[in-house]
Parts: sequence; C-alpha cells; structure tokens
Amino acid sequence: MKGRVGMNNLLSQDFEKALLDMDQRAATKILTQACEAVEPIVFVEQVVMPALEKIGDDWDKGLIALSQVYMSGRICERLVDTILPPASPNRTSQPAMAIAALNDYHSLGKTIIYSSLRASGYELLDLGRVGVDELVRQTIEHKLRIVLISVLMLPSALHVKQVVERLKQQKCKAKIVVGGAPFRFDQQLWQEVGADATGANIADALKVIHRIMEEMA
Amino acid sequence: MSMETMTSLQRVLTTLGHKEPDRVPFFLLLTMHGAKELNMTIREYFSKAENVAEGQIRMRKKYGHDCLYSFFYAPVEVEAWGGSVIYSEDGPPNSGEPIIGSFADIKTLRVPDIKQSPCLVKVLEATRIMKKMIKDEAPIIGVVMSPFSLPVMQMGFSQYFDLMFAEPILFERLMAVNEEFCVNWANAQLEAGATAICYFDPVSSSTITPRDLYLKTGYEVAKRTLARINGPTATHLASGNGLPVVADIANTGTAAVGVSCNEDLLAVKAACRSKTTVLGNLNGIEMRRWTPEQTENEVKSAIQQAAAGGGFILSDNHGEIPWQVPDDVLMAISQAVHKWGWYSKK
Repeated sequence: MKGRVGMNNLLSQDFEKALLDMDQRAATKILTQACEAVEPIVFVEQVVMPALEKIGDDWDKGLIALSQVYMSGRICERLVDTILPPASPNRTSQPAMAIAALNDYHSLGKTIIYSSLRASGYELLDLGRVGVDELVRQTIEHKLRIVLISVLMLPSALHVKQVVERLKQQKCKAKIVVGGAPFRFDQQLWQEVGADATGANIADALKVIHRIMEEMA
Repeated sequence: MSMETMTSLQRVLTTLGHKEPDRVPFFLLLTMHGAKELNMTIREYFSKAENVAEGQIRMRKKYGHDCLYSFFYAPVEVEAWGGSVIYSEDGPPNSGEPIIGSFADIKTLRVPDIKQSPCLVKVLEATRIMKKMIKDEAPIIGVVMSPFSLPVMQMGFSQYFDLMFAEPILFERLMAVNEEFCVNWANAQLEAGATAICYFDPVSSSTITPRDLYLKTGYEVAKRTLARINGPTATHLASGNGLPVVADIANTGTAAVGVSCNEDLLAVKAACRSKTTVLGNLNGIEMRRWTPEQTENEVKSAIQQAAAGGGFILSDNHGEIPWQVPDDVLMAISQAVHKWGWYSKK
C-alpha cells in the first residue's frame, strides 16, 4: 500500500527545475516515480502546490518570467489531471468557485490561476471572458461562493465595482477576489472597487481561498 | 519669465546625447485625453486624423510637455491585419477576437499594405498635420508594436507562449512577416513626419520573458528590425521590468528605454548611463488618485534619481496615461517639472 510519507526536498527541487525549464518530460518522470511510492494527493500537496507557490512568489520578486509561470501551471495541470481526474474524490472539497476575465480579451492571468488551482486539486468553473451582466448572471445561476476576477486594463478593474454592487442588490454573498496588472500597480484599488480580497500570484490565491473557506466553515 | 532656452526638440536631442539640457524633458504620453479636449467620445475622436492632431497640439499647449504623440491605440495594427477593434467609453480601444485562430493560420498570413489600410493611413495623415503645425519645435513620437510583442494581440498570450515553446518554425515565420510589417509601418510614419519611433516591446521585458530566452528571440528580432528603421527608436517595455536586460536592449540600437515604476530608477539609470536614455517611470495607474503634493514628490524623486548628466526623459511607466487620470494631476506633473527640473538650478 502506498504511503502518505513526506516527499524529500531534493525531489521538490528537481520538480521545480523541470517546470522552470519547461521540461514536461522531466516533470512527468518525477511524478511517475513518486506516485509509485505515495498517493497522488500527497505528491500534489507536497510537491506540486509548493512548487507553483514558489514559482508565483519568484515572479513577484522579479526572479523569473511570466512565460515560465504560465508554462509551469499548464504542465502541472496536465500532470495532475492524469493522477487526479476532475471527478476524483481525492480532489479538494470546496465551495462552488469560478474564475473569469472581466471585459478584457487578454486571459493569460486567468489561465495561469485556473491551471494552478486545478493543479493544486481544486475544481472551478472557467467562465471565460465575460461582461458585468454575464458575470452577475452566472454567479447567481451557479450559486457561486467564490468568484475570482482577472483583469488587465484599468477600466476593467474599475468595472468590478459594478459587479460587486449588482451582486449585493441581488443579496448574493459570493466573495469577490480580484487580480491582474491594475491591482498590482495600485495596491488600494481592490478596496476601492469593493472586492473582498486580492492576490498577486498563485500563492496569494491559495491563501485567500483557504481564508475564505475557513470563514465560511 | 520663462527660463527655457531650448525648444522641446533641442531639449530632447540634448538629453538623448547624454548631456544636460536647460531642464528635464517630459513626455505626457496622452492619447484618449484629446477626446476630452475636443469634447468628443473616444470613438469619435479617433475617427478623424484632424481630431487627433488638434488634440495633441492643444494638450501640449495646455501642459507644456516636450512631444506630440501620434499614437492612436494599440490595436490599430491588428485592425490592419484584419482584426476588429472594440471601443470603450472609458478606456483605450481593445483588440477583439484574435486574427490567428490556429497555428496553421500563420502559414497564410500576408503583410498588410499600409497604403491600403485606412486605419494606418489615418495615423499617417494625423502625423502629417502635426508636423505641419509643430515644425521643428517638438518631436513627434510615432509608435509600432514590436514583431515579438504583436502576437499577443494577433493570437492571445497563452497561444503565443504555446507557439514560442512548441513550434519554432512557425514562430520564425510569424516573426518574419511581423518584422516586414513593423519596418514598413515605422518608416511610413517617419516619412510622414514622425521624429522618432517608440517600439513597444513588453514581451521582451523580464516580467514576461526570461533573459536567456529573450536573447534568442526578442533581442534578435529587435536587432534585425531596428537596423532597418530609418530613424531613432525608443524601446518601451509598457510597465514590464527591464533591469536584467537593459544592457542587452541598449545593444539592439535603441536610443531610449521605457521602464517600469516597479524598478529602482537609480539602478536603471546606472545601468543605462551613456548607453541609452531612460524614459519613465511615474506610476500611471496610481496617478489617477495622486494629490498635488504627492504628484510633486513623485516628480521630484524621479528627477533626483535619474536626471543628472542627461539621458533621462520623465514620463509615465506604461506609454499611455489612463483616461481616468484627471487634468489637475497632469497639470501638477507639469508644474513640478517646471519647479524641480531645471538643470542650472542644481
């Protein structure tokens, strides 16, 4: 029987290096070997999630580039899907959650967070690119508890305020978490638009989701 | 009494030559604000070359900055490639659905003919009008998207990364057609009267591409492209960080580099000294809610960090000031430059 013993640091470092080198083959080899000894969820929790968090953090510090963050998220999402399929009972139990790009046609930030959360064992709806009306409608329809909104342009960031107000009018208590360039360049902006939280990277997104889940529990 | 002893053009050329002019030159890279000046919607404003030329002249008169900016909006190039542009009431026009739906589309891409592209002809006409009005008083800054960064609008960020990492032959083919277009578009603007070309290249920033990959891709593209542009260029990273590659960017033959507000301006200036001029780096997003005091402090601080010895143009960090930035902040920037920017006062 496979154990839930801890993964060693060396393995984690090798996995992170494979991601930063955008070497899917090396990452797959590490995962395959590790999952012969431990349950897949252990690998996700002890290797994949910390690697993605560190990569997000390193991007924040200017140590690595966005293309590496994006490719790392995509590689991990594919790998984790093979060991933890979307319907797997081993995926994290969580409130209904979705992610959307508001108004903007640029969806890289959304894709990175979506892939990284899925690779961390979460399931969430990808609402794609939506306007204010559509986002409010889908939030109500899917009874969402957490809505992650990604934007690139300042006007889109300011439109989050309309989403928040419209949801309040409809007595919807979904928590709104925002991210994207305007929120990185103006650290007061998330409060100005009435969001519940903001995150600059995957590590922040995971922390915020954990906090909201605790508050909801 | 005015302390100015130089025209804007002389001031800018002096600083580009890494010498101190009469005062620190500053570029308010305003696009949509011209619509406010002419009391028009953003869409109406960009519908005619005459509007943009008039808007630029009025704004320079109002704020006293050192350039005219013939840039309309980023997706004007995508429009020429057959893409759509989505107008907004409170922001820059955005590009619509990508023109490259699948990698196979790259094989059949044709370089747009500038003379047959009404959106580009309009920009050239605006440039000609501006040149006629401003003559040699101030530089006119034209804009091109770098061949390496244009694909973000042509195909979307994610798909472009997938192409870059998985399809090297198609990537090279896309760079080849984009380079051809970029050179033609830059040279057409120079012929119409633009003094210099701002080469927008955010994908080359260290925020987006690691240096080793940049040296194999965006760096080579820039070297080939800039060598064929018949005038001076400034590379703008549009809010992206550039410190790890700023010396490489200088080697591409560019005269200036636009840097992010997230970077240490002192360190950027040290890395660029005598090699390339620093353009930046006021926070355009935060600027929206700056008080007059804060504005003055931000301007003063940037000048103190980067102005000594020339090789510095004060500007925002993105290359386009958001629509939401109010006139009084822009005026306060101008006043602060006219208070703290005199070299002779130091």
